[in-house]
Amino acid sequence: MLKRVLLGLIVALAAGIVGFSVFAWRPAIGKIAPPASSAFAPELVARGEVLAGAGYCSTCHTTAGRQPFAGGYPMKTSFGTIYSTNITPDAKTGIGTWSEAAFRRAMHEGVARNGSHLFPALPYDHFTKLTDADVSALYAYMMTRPAVVSPRKSNSIPFPLNIRALQAGWKLLFFHPGRFEPDAAKSAEWNRGAYLAQGVSHCGACHTPRNALGAEKRDKAFAGAPIDNWIAPPLTAANPSPVAWDQDELVAYLRTGISRYHGTAAGPMSPVVHDGLVKLPDADIRALAVYFADVDKAATRSADLAPALQKAAAADRLNAGPQTDPSARLYTAACASCHYNGASQPTPLRPDLALNSAVNLDDPTNLIRVTLYGVSTKDGAPGVLMPSFNRFSDADVAKLAAYLRTTRTDKPAWPDLEKKVAAIRAQGK
Amino acid sequence: MTQFTINGRAVSIDADEDTPLLWVIRDAIGLTGTKFGCGIGMCGACTVHVGGRAIRSCITPISAVDGAEVTTIEGLDPAGQHPVQKAWLELQTPQCGYCQSGQIMQAAAMLKDFPAPTDADIDATMSGNLCRCMTYVRIRAAIKQAAAEMGGKS
Repeated sequence: MLKRVLLGLIVALAAGIVGFSVFAWRPAIGKIAPPASSAFAPELVARGEVLAGAGYCSTCHTTAGRQPFAGGYPMKTSFGTIYSTNITPDAKTGIGTWSEAAFRRAMHEGVARNGSHLFPALPYDHFTKLTDADVSALYAYMMTRPAVVSPRKSNSIPFPLNIRALQAGWKLLFFHPGRFEPDAAKSAEWNRGAYLAQGVSHCGACHTPRNALGAEKRDKAFAGAPIDNWIAPPLTAANPSPVAWDQDELVAYLRTGISRYHGTAAGPMSPVVHDGLVKLPDADIRALAVYFADVDKAATRSADLAPALQKAAAADRLNAGPQTDPSARLYTAACASCHYNGASQPTPLRPDLALNSAVNLDDPTNLIRVTLYGVSTKDGAPGVLMPSFNRFSDADVAKLAAYLRTTRTDKPAWPDLEKKVAAIRAQGK
Repeated sequence: MTQFTINGRAVSIDADEDTPLLWVIRDAIGLTGTKFGCGIGMCGACTVHVGGRAIRSCITPISAVDGAEVTTIEGLDPAGQHPVQKAWLELQTPQCGYCQSGQIMQAAAMLKDFPAPTDADIDATMSGNLCRCMTYVRIRAAIKQAAAEMGGKS
């Protein structure tokens, strides 16, 4: 009897493994000779360039200071470090031998040319929404870049998570393949914005929280999440900024990197704006803004502006005259010369801290990072910078953050600030 | 290698990315009008302009100014005749003078945002520039005089 049960279990297990293997198996797609650049129509390549900007592909597929798209950029995940791959058309180390069908399968299904499943570090869960025509344009653009020899770096994903076939199981649980489906009830502009945001621009990859297995929580789309030691703020009505992210503010931010009522694009958002979205025509930026102004319900918040500006101006008056509170003195000496707006309308290059996103978020991370490490001329507002106050002690940075939170917002105090500052300092830039 | 322009001249600096801009300005480029005070961004003596905005060069890492336009006190006006500089001379604002290049750079940048500054505006935007000789009253007067010359009314 026991023998029969054991035998039954073994057979069931074997059948399960065979069944899963069949389910997980994908064929390799035959190698091709790397196509000549002349094989692609210049208009198609140009369209691909715009799309590669919309997807800011070079941000993750480039190692700082090296040739674009040659890979090697480390993506630290809670499962280990994944290095991006070389997507230049080099035959040996890049995607030179990938046919368009292989490229399309990678984008739409997350499967490499050789049939192995890709980790969702490549946001194929978003790229699956791309039209075939857009994938063709991206292929044309990538295959006409200079080929760079740059061998792949080994990921540090531990066994058994490094078994590629297991990704098929992940896909079964969390991946919803299929092209973007427009919402007939919305405008063409909204749908264009939604197509870009959910597809090639993969905004949810940073702004949507992930579950324990690293998949985006679909019921919490754009609810905000930690990413690369920063906080990607909520893009929904839960965004805590005192002034709504309406269409104009979104256009200004996505086009120039500055919103006068929210602050500048720093951290991982900076390359998205300055190296990626910069390629998009104004119409596409507007479409993104139309979409997100709907996602965050800005239209219901237009009455927030006037009182928020009044409160900001009132907060600035706190720093007039002699200061006795040590935190206020720190702020007046170190910050006010650039951040004070007084009675005037906040100007984009004097980010108003009462309105600023970093001061209003539930988590002080972004404020502490910017205080410690500043914002370079390449980030935020191009050509201008914020210095790096990393010579302040942890206690002083914590004091400044607590002071801003208390005097500039009505929101609850941030706990354990000094420890948080020490931890962020230890993380480094 | 960090490249930027200083007072309109292109420079290329080979230094660790954390090297403060102030050190590069004084030691590598040799412009010594910009002063070292506290080294932590709390006194304003090292104030220069980057992209036309006043910043503390002692806490600005050189890597942060790649591609930027830096202006020091030597480049504020080719003849040293910026309205703020003229007002400084006319009112004999400085005493020992150590903090004054920082004060002037801060004031010149501030007047772009506040062309007709109130006392509160001046106090709030100039409090990060310390003067141990206590010339604050004359600094405020000179800023107002410069603002008037530039067309603003305080």
